[in-house]
Amino acid sequence: MSAQRTYRTEAIVLRRTEFGEADRIVTFYTPGHGKLRALAKGVRRPKSKLSGYVELFTHSSLLMAHGRNLDVVTQGEVLHTFLPLKSDLHRSGCAFYVVELVSRSTVEHMENHPLFDLLLMTLDHLCHTEDTELLLRYFEVNLLQCLGYRPNLYRCINCNILLQPTAHSFSPSGGGILCPACAGAEPLVRPISVDAIKVLRLFQGADYATASKVRIRRPLTSELEQVLRGYIEHLLERRIQSAAWLDRLKQGTEARPPAAAEP
Amino acid sequence: MKKRNNNPIFTAEPVARLIEAFQELPGIGPKVAQRLAYYLLQADREQAVGLAEAITTLKEKTSLCSVCMNISDSETCHVCRNPQRDPTQICVVEKPMDILPLERTRAYTGLYHVLHGTIAPTEGIGPDQLKVKELFSRLQNGLVKEVVLATNPNVEGEATAMYLQRLIRPLDIRVTRLARGLPFGADLEYTDEVTLTGAIEHREELA
Repeated sequence: MSAQRTYRTEAIVLRRTEFGEADRIVTFYTPGHGKLRALAKGVRRPKSKLSGYVELFTHSSLLMAHGRNLDVVTQGEVLHTFLPLKSDLHRSGCAFYVVELVSRSTVEHMENHPLFDLLLMTLDHLCHTEDTELLLRYFEVNLLQCLGYRPNLYRCINCNILLQPTAHSFSPSGGGILCPACAGAEPLVRPISVDAIKVLRLFQGADYATASKVRIRRPLTSELEQVLRGYIEHLLERRIQSAAWLDRLKQGTEARPPAAAEP
Repeated sequence: MKKRNNNPIFTAEPVARLIEAFQELPGIGPKVAQRLAYYLLQADREQAVGLAEAITTLKEKTSLCSVCMNISDSETCHVCRNPQRDPTQICVVEKPMDILPLERTRAYTGLYHVLHGTIAPTEGIGPDQLKVKELFSRLQNGLVKEVVLATNPNVEGEATAMYLQRLIRPLDIRVTRLARGLPFGADLEYTDEVTLTGAIEHREELA
């Protein structure tokens, strides 16, 4: 009986919403159950034993009990707290972005081990990498891959011609590159440079240790960001909320007071 | 909020309406809503009318304090009006409710500022959606010596505190954060690492 009523799973916290007097509904990402919403009882009380395990971005091992509607978190053990993601403003902004993407792009109870590994790897590296931009782009490319939206970067998605090393167009609706001859017919396309295509191809094929060796400079970083974000927002059919905050952090405008406060 | 329409067949329309209204409240499910509605039905007239009146005045007679953004029944709230309070200290909290436990301690004698939320990037809430610029303009008069950041010790609260710290730093005002440590009556065995790390880092000398 007890074996069926509870189960153990690793989990990373994506979201929390307040529920009832002192409870929270926590959205986890797990390797075996995909996205999972569960009830964490009493975690808003200061003496709660669970509150540490269900804090945002935390990676923990949890014992869950099957509930009528939602499963209930009963015990836990923290595996990684990812402390820098909570104590560094920029890194926390990146982590918000990463968990929002995972949360928005997945459905509940859909097993996806590679995606869990990617999320864990990304949060882990996010704690100490110098180049958060590169890591985020690597994450986006591989997220698309885990979700089955890997963009076609070798042949024109319209005429299937092998791409020549010239500037092409990226089509979010087609999920790949259009050669110059085909690009005219499609709306919503955006230009993409040869270098950007090369970086995306590298990110698709390589592990992070290899991918992180490339050095990407200023105009190229924002080009990649725009191409990938445009594609992801097209797929999600909505704007990524935390991107606005991340952009603000990157521009360094966060240290400036809000406009209307000028004396 | 979804409209739940599962009562009217079984009970009189005014009762059903009240049950539905109760159900919209946080933490109240169908059973509690029914119990409350039937209780009011048999309760004294004064009690029911008193409740109705309390609810109406709640909306009509309250507004935000023009200084600290706390809920107030006049232009400025009772804390901002009180000459005994120390105007050189401002304690920043997330929501009006957070002031109550701080007041109960009687350990804090400064003023407050209510942000009405925290930075929550995934919900699209940034500093512009909070009462940050109101705080910033309060800091311009040179009177304030210390800002105590009392946002909740979770990821959003920390992000908000770090953001405000960066914002206030150039003004040459002392910025402090509520200590993060063990709650009274806690058990080390069940304390999470983050809390314990904070407790070790901010340990105190027993004088």
